[in-house]
Order: sequence, then structure tokens, then C-alpha cells
Amino acid sequence: MIAEAGLAALWLAAALSLLQLLLMAAELRGLVAAARMIRAVAVVQGVLALFAMAMLLLVFVRTDLSVALVAANSHAAKPFIYKLAGAWGNHEGSMLLWVTVLALSGALLALFSRALSERTLVAALGAQGALALGFYAFLLIASNPFARLDPAPAEGRGLNPLLQDPGLAFHPPTLYLGYVGLSVAFSLAVGALLTGDVGAALARAMRPWVLAAWIFLTLGITAGSYWAYYELGWGGWWFWDPVENASLMPWLAATALLHSVAVLAARGALRAWSMMLAVIAFSMSMVGTFLVRSGILTSVHSFAVDPSRGTFLLALLGLYVGAAFLLFALRTAALKEGPPFELVSRESGLVANNLLLSVILGVVFVGTLYPLFAEAATGEKLSVGAPYFNAVAGPLALLLAALVALGPLLSWRRERRPVPKRLAVPALIAASALAISFIAAPGIGILPRLGLVAAAWLAPASLLPLASRNPLRTPLATWGMVLAHFGIAVALTGMAADSAFTRETLAAARPGETLRAGPWLVELRGLSPAAGPNWTAVEAELRASRGDGVLVLKPQTRFFTAPPTETNEAAIETLWNGQLYAVLGKPDGTGRWQLRLWWKPFVTLIWFGGVLIALGGLLALFGRAWRSFRKRHFA
Amino acid sequence: MSRSLRFVPIALLALLIAALVWRLANPGDTVIRSRLTGQPVPAFTLPAALPGKPGLTSADLTTGAPRLVNIFASWCVPCIAEAPVLGALKARGVAIDGIAIRDRPADVAAFLARHGDPFERIGSDDTSRVQLALGSAGVPESFVVDGRGIIRFQHVGPIEPADVSTISAELEKAQ
Repeated sequence: MIAEAGLAALWLAAALSLLQLLLMAAELRGLVAAARMIRAVAVVQGVLALFAMAMLLLVFVRTDLSVALVAANSHAAKPFIYKLAGAWGNHEGSMLLWVTVLALSGALLALFSRALSERTLVAALGAQGALALGFYAFLLIASNPFARLDPAPAEGRGLNPLLQDPGLAFHPPTLYLGYVGLSVAFSLAVGALLTGDVGAALARAMRPWVLAAWIFLTLGITAGSYWAYYELGWGGWWFWDPVENASLMPWLAATALLHSVAVLAARGALRAWSMMLAVIAFSMSMVGTFLVRSGILTSVHSFAVDPSRGTFLLALLGLYVGAAFLLFALRTAALKEGPPFELVSRESGLVANNLLLSVILGVVFVGTLYPLFAEAATGEKLSVGAPYFNAVAGPLALLLAALVALGPLLSWRRERRPVPKRLAVPALIAASALAISFIAAPGIGILPRLGLVAAAWLAPASLLPLASRNPLRTPLATWGMVLAHFGIAVALTGMAADSAFTRETLAAARPGETLRAGPWLVELRGLSPAAGPNWTAVEAELRASRGDGVLVLKPQTRFFTAPPTETNEAAIETLWNGQLYAVLGKPDGTGRWQLRLWWKPFVTLIWFGGVLIALGGLLALFGRAWRSFRKRHFA
Repeated sequence: MSRSLRFVPIALLALLIAALVWRLANPGDTVIRSRLTGQPVPAFTLPAALPGKPGLTSADLTTGAPRLVNIFASWCVPCIAEAPVLGALKARGVAIDGIAIRDRPADVAAFLARHGDPFERIGSDDTSRVQLALGSAGVPESFVVDGRGIIRFQHVGPIEPADVSTISAELEKAQ
């Protein structure tokens, strides 16, 4: 009954999303004033979707094996948290989560949007309803998560052990909140293009959505990167894999949008461009969802390939993005030009930010899809890997990081004060960093060296907007911006240090033998069996030292029973100045075991920086929300 | 913005959708074929992979009779499965040379001692340079090279017992 209740809620929600679309049409034709009604419908639709998701979680928690999805992805012997995570660790469940977030975003837009004109809000909610309708149809027709299995099997197949990890419990939902949160920016842009109401009010309504989605994307990418780093045992934190790129592309677009919306909100400029970015940001989310869910690109994220589902998603993608682009082409001429600004101004700084981010987005997009285009056009098979992305996107990203220092120091419209003077200290620090890097580490590559220098430049420069300000009177949003920009410098330091200074050792060792990894001497003490709730393992005991004290690392090779799979559980020891990372491989049959050791100086700064960036966004979000709340209630 | 420029996004989207539709209609074949089939073996010189057995150069493949070049490694598990089949081919009189990928002499020696040694020569390719030059994407792979040093056939993955007839026919054709 639980599954049937969930299914019924989905059908009802689909009907309501259709109603939203019809109400929008009626409002735009001037037939009815639909604002109150469409708000109510959007809220109920959100509640129904949430109910369906709750029902899916419930059948997973109860391990109801008569539900096909549970039988295929869960197992009675699984820890509780992974029973929950199993609900979205598969195609149908993750699409239901996707739609749930979409519907809830619509409901929140309906509840909390005050700044917008009623017509634009109705149009935006209609667009949100249209988006939801397509994805409900996809769920109900091609990916029913509640399908029954008759007869029910005695035991489920279990969840892929790589996914049985706390990282999974949070990584996909976080990314989805980001992906789908951008749908509101899309709907608002479509709504505003329909009513011709593009201006500062729209930007202010759109900004919290972009900011919230961007925070979740930042956290999702950061968490996903760390998850890949410790769970896959490859010692890397970014592989330019198509599915990673699928999450990076919406983030790049959202970052650009965040900055262009700031211009639109403050100065009313960049109207058409911001609308285009809002459409592109969510389009990238849909492209990402399509690439992941159709499995058409060769990727480590090997989800099941299903051409019929892929076709369905592609049709939705073409329909929505095509309609939005068409609307853009037809309506931008009607948009008023924003006020002008001079070459050296905050506006032009943000335009430079947008240009660089867009070019990086283009580089990643082309690199991700180039193998596909090349094979379609010439039949030639090739792959585009890290060397291309690092060589092309790397310098652009460094240039952007260097410019981030400047932008916040410029004033709107026209900069009169001499900027260079204030940047003397950061410039001095960067120059010293360059000199020190040549003396202390003459052999490192050019990109890592420039990365270290750019970080040394940006870290102090990012704090400058706080100088000459009373910290108590500085708006939270400014603190947020400073924190996020500082976070970029922190993450950049980690990335550069990791690629410049990582030491790797791959060797076969007998118990008692000692290996060297960078400054560490690592002794393989012995091997012993270990066991967990649904796995057994071979565990190595390693003793690492570099003069003072001993660290014990215990990497494992785990054997899961359901489904029968083997995974490597890396042992990672975090110190203030880096991580020692050990992976246990196979025995070679003569008593030796493969060991892979890395010493990664300052690698943790990558994810610490990512978290700082997200925290900065959070501060800005709270700051703005508090400000508007105070204005409404105390002004 | 000029009117035609505004339609550029739609045109790009159409292009993208067309490529994606093509891919959905033609699911990718993940086997990557060497483009050198029918071409001479690129010139190379590889040092011996272990003491007591000569290394391999491209000149060694122009002996007038067809040879099988097997790309393998001691760390490669499918290569273990393939080893008895290579042994059987050798017993039928096929001349086999090996290229050991990213390997060490002691490991190669242990591998051959354990799983049999069908090779006349073994070159050590520490950097995969020759492997890539041949157009091989992984281990194991095998190439049928005719007596003039021209690659006639590429087999991707381990040679299974069922593949023996194909390989023999290709060697026959290369005579």
C-alpha cells in the first residue's frame, strides 16, 4: 500500500503541474488573475512530491522486497543509513529525488517570493510547472520507482559497495539541491522574458535562489571530490571525468550568474546576458542529468545505459532549453538597455569575471563532448583527458583567480580612486612567494608554481574590502564575499601544493619490509583479517614515521557479500601539513603485497577551501535574508 | 544584439541534440582498433625484459615468416588466463614475441616460470611508448605481423581457446 500511495501522489502532483501551466496561460492571456490559485497549487504539488519521496524512503527502510527497486538495490542486512541512501543510489529513486527538489523549489518560490510582480510570478510558476510536468511524465512512464515485483524475492541484491559510504548519503542529494535549485532561476528568467519584466526586482528575487543552489553545488562538488579521493583509492581529487564535468558546468554557469545578477540587482545592467545565463545554468544541470542518466559518455560513473530513458530525457532537454532559447531570441529585443558604465568599474570587473567563467565553461563543455562530436563527424575514436583541461582551463582559471583580487575593490559605474596602491602588499607577498618557490622548489611545473603565486596574491588581496571598514557595520554579504574569495585562495593553494609536491610510491613488500614515501619511512608490519556488518577484509598494518613518533595506518581490501564485490579502503592519516595515503593492493603470490603510498602536502586545503567558499555563500545568503526581513518588519 | 546572433544558441542546441541523438542511436563500441592494421610496424628498439632472453626490435619482425606479437604484463590478470592458449599456439609452431608493459625483470621471470614461456624474444616497454605506437590501448593485446613487418591483424583482450582458429587463419593468410 505504501508504494501505491506514493505512486498516486505522483500522478496527482503531475496533474497539478499541468494545472499550473494552464493557469499561467490563462493569466498571460488576461483571462483570470491566477496569482493566489497558482501559489496554492504549487505548494500542494510540492507537498505531494515530498510525500511520494517519503513513501519511497519508507519502502527502503522496511526493505519491502516486493518493490522492484528495493529488491534490485537494497538488502535486509544493510546498515540503516545505507538503506536510506539506497533509495536515491539508483536511477528511479534519484530521478524521484530530482523531481521532489524541483517541486519543493516551486513551492518555496510560491510561498516566499514577494519582490516580484504578480504576472511575472505566475509566469515563473507556470514555467516551473511545465518543467515538473515533463519529469513527472518521465518518472511515471519510463522510470516508475514504485513498480512491484511478483513474486517478491527472498533477498535483495544490495547496494554497490562503493556507494555504501557516508559520502553517498550526502553527495547526490546535495548536488541535486544545487542542480535543481537552478530551475527556479530558469523559471524566473522564462517568466520575466514572457512578461518583459527584466530588472532589478527580478534580480533580487532570483539572487537567493542562485546563491542557495550555488552553495549546494559547491558543497556537492567538494564532497564528491573528497569521496572519490578516499573511496576510490586512486589518490586523485579531480579526474575531468564526464560526470564530474557535468557537475562543474552548472557550477561555472551559476558562479557567473551569481555575479551578473549582482550587477542587475545593483545597477539594472546586463539584462539580456543575465537571462541567458539563468537559462544556460539550468540547461547545464539538465545536460548533466542527461549525461549521467543516459550513460552515453564513457565514465567511471558507469550507470546502466538505457537508450529509451536517454531518448526521453533528451526530448525533455531539447524541449525546455529550445523553448527558452527561442523565447530569448524573440524577446530580448524588447528589453531595455541598462545604464552605462566605464571601462574601469565594478561592472566591468564583473563582466570580466563572467567572460572568463563563460570561456572556462565553454572549454569544459567542448572537452567533455568533443569525443562524441568527433566520432559522429569522422568516425574517429578519441578521448579528451586531463592534459587538455589542465592546459586550457588551468591558465584561464589562474587569470580569473588573479582578477578576483581586483573586482571587489572597484566602485560601481566609475573608479576614481587609485587601486594599485592598495594592492602593494598582496603584490609584495606574491613576488616573495615566486622567489621562494624558485629557491625552495626549483623543479616544480609552471602551472603549480603560478597557482601558488596566484594564491599568495589572492589570499591577502581578498581581505582588502574589509580594510578601512568598521567590522561591525560591514554587511554580512560583504563578509561572505570576502570569505568565499579567500576560500578560492585556500583551495588553490591545496591544488597547487598537491600537484607540485605529491610523492608517490608503488611497490610490492613483504611483512617487515620498509618503503619510502616522500619524507616518510613506512613499514609493512603484517596482514590480518577484519570484518564489518556486511563485509570481510584483509587489513594491512603500516607504521609510518619521519623521525618523531609513529603513525599506524590500516588500509583494507574489502569483500562485500551482497552484491559480491571487492573494494579498496584507503587508509588516510591527516596531519596539519598534509595527508599520508595508503592503499593495499593484491598479493603477488610469493608473499609480497602491492602497496601504494602517497605523501600529499597540504592536499586537505582543497576541500577546506571548498567549504570556505560555500560558507561565504551561506553568510551572504543569511545576510541578505536578514536585511530584507529587517526592512519589512522594523523599517 | 543583431537578430541573427540571437538565434545562435538555438543553432548550437540543435547541433548538440543531433550529436546526442546520433550517440543514442549508435551506442559506442568500446573496443579501440589500431589504425596500423595494414601498415608496417613503426620502428622501435626495446631492451631485454629479463636476462637470458633477447629484447625486441622492429627489425626482428621482418624475418620473412609471420609472427605473433603479444603485449602483456606480469601484473595483468587476463594475461594469466591467456598464457596456456599462447603455449598451445607455440606448440603448433607459431613464432611468438612478447612486449612486457611497465614491468620488472624479476616479476617477468616469475610470471613466465609460473604460467609458461611461449616467447622467443621479449622487449621491455617501461613507458608504454611502443605499445601506444602500435595502437594498443591495453593488455593483453596481440598483433599478427607478416614476414615483411606489416601488421595484418589485431586481437584486443586475451586470446581465448575459441579465438585460436581465427588467429591461426590470420597467420595462415599472412604467409
